[in-house]
Amino acid sequence: MNEWLQNPLIMTGVAIGVALGGILTTCAYLILLERKLSAWMQDRLGPNRVGPLGLLQPLADGAKLMLKEDIIPGHVNKFLFVLGPAISVFTTMLAFAVVPFGPVSHEKGQFPFVIAPGVDLGIVFIFAVTSLAVYSIILGGWASNNKYSALGSLRASAQVVSYEIPLGMSVVGLALLHSSMSLEKILTQQAEMGFLGWNIWYQPVACLIFFTAALAESNRLPFDLTECEQELVGGFHTEYSAMKWAMFFLGEYTHVITISFLTSVLFFGGWHFPFIAEAASAYPGAWVVKVAVLLFKVSCMIVLIQMLRWTIPRFRFDQLMSLAWKGLIPMATANVLIVMCVLEFNLPRIWLFPLSVALFVAVGLIGTQASLPAGGATVRRKKVTAPVVAAAHH
Amino acid sequence: MPICADDVEWVEEPSMNFWESTFLPAIFGGLQITGSHVVDGKTVTHQYPEEKPVLPLHYRGVHRLNKDEAGRVKCVACMMCATACPAHCISIVATEAPKDDPLWNGRDKFPLSFELDELKCIYCGMCEEACPCDAIELTHIYDLVGTTRAELVFDKNKLLSVYDETKDCGLDPVRTKRGALSGCSEFATLPTLGPATSVKADDRAAKAPSPGVIHD
Repeated sequence: MNEWLQNPLIMTGVAIGVALGGILTTCAYLILLERKLSAWMQDRLGPNRVGPLGLLQPLADGAKLMLKEDIIPGHVNKFLFVLGPAISVFTTMLAFAVVPFGPVSHEKGQFPFVIAPGVDLGIVFIFAVTSLAVYSIILGGWASNNKYSALGSLRASAQVVSYEIPLGMSVVGLALLHSSMSLEKILTQQAEMGFLGWNIWYQPVACLIFFTAALAESNRLPFDLTECEQELVGGFHTEYSAMKWAMFFLGEYTHVITISFLTSVLFFGGWHFPFIAEAASAYPGAWVVKVAVLLFKVSCMIVLIQMLRWTIPRFRFDQLMSLAWKGLIPMATANVLIVMCVLEFNLPRIWLFPLSVALFVAVGLIGTQASLPAGGATVRRKKVTAPVVAAAHH
Repeated sequence: MPICADDVEWVEEPSMNFWESTFLPAIFGGLQITGSHVVDGKTVTHQYPEEKPVLPLHYRGVHRLNKDEAGRVKCVACMMCATACPAHCISIVATEAPKDDPLWNGRDKFPLSFELDELKCIYCGMCEEACPCDAIELTHIYDLVGTTRAELVFDKNKLLSVYDETKDCGLDPVRTKRGALSGCSEFATLPTLGPATSVKADDRAAKAPSPGVIHD
């Protein structure tokens, strides 16, 4: 039956439709969630005028952004100015192509739960495409012909280039452990090993590094130095308005969704959950449970990201750089080394957990010792005893 | 004068211990605080159009012109308020009260027109202070809106209608003392003015032969 369903184009089209529609709707509601969360944190109610509990606010926002006058200032390079936001949305959407959002199926005529099934370079593809997103920021900032925009985009380029390294290094360990770079295979292998197969038990430090670096890649607080309002007006999107500005925003939120999916899939077992969604569970409707489990994990990640945004103040630029270059990169390198050693000497995998903890402790100790003043603690902490001689009036 | 090295206090940034240098306790401590605010469900905001603010009795809002017992405008067109007004938003045209009309019995003058520009007004309440017969008062009305500037220039009738609107609502008691002059005119009962700040005996200001003049 349904010969035409066998056509691979049909199911891919359906998957693209589902993913795209899902992402766009989720982005709209994530903005509402973010506004609500921040309001609750600050003991406010948040948007509550449009619809019950403000639930129709995203529609109102969308309509507003669509109908708003789309200003292209006279002093900008028009082509690049328009290209910037387009690249932002395009690259982040493209990255979602290889992210599995359910129990992936390779059989013909079944919903694949991933737009491009069977991409063995999954992780590399995602990193390659998402780091293209920095082009949107650089083009947008540069085409704006505005000093603040240019400064913002320069910061973005430095930041993204720096955090690309720990982001990539943190998953090298996973690729070695699973002998694969395919997200689907990493997910399936974790699911087959059960709850204790989740990568968080073997790579906790890598998870921390990955999450931090991915947050920095998405240019969100506490890493949003590209658009810090106090110093740079609005950063790279100062000159943007209406839908073009919204596309930058859409790109950012899609990035958040993607990194939440990646963290859940890479480190928290994807759709696997003990008893209810095992690799072997084949009861009717199992796929619904699996999708629900994955979406639950992703939602937890997203809420965590949004909570972090409203909790932690923004980094200073030198702190940002020293966190990447002095903290995360050496840590990620050492982590890869540990994985290689464990695999090389055929140690049981559970050794990775204490070794990761030891790595974390070592890094913490190095950080503590390095911050002490050189040449011993001869810090002058003297009380003022002599009275201050006030200057005479005449 | 160079600063003596002994007077300089060096403040070093405290060194971080192991846990602090990992940043994790600070992050989770912060998340705990923000999270507790999320789950406690308390709000500090007023839901304004549904929930009106409770205003103090001396709140200074839109003006009104009071009426006396006979229903006449209480204003005697003495121009005190217009003179006191720092924003120059009051303009009064005074006229003589008709001698033969029993309605104006006992009155010399009344305002032919009394215009108050609510947009120019800075709501300082000086007009109310200046008025010798408690004719102009500020009410609790704070949500004043209009679509043109002209409609917010209140004339005598409008100001009198504000009186009718607010006299019985309890928020704006009529502060009239039945013909007595207002408080600011009662010099005898006013407290003697003390210095705004206390002056110590060894202060230069206290030793000065005349206060406020600085001698070498």
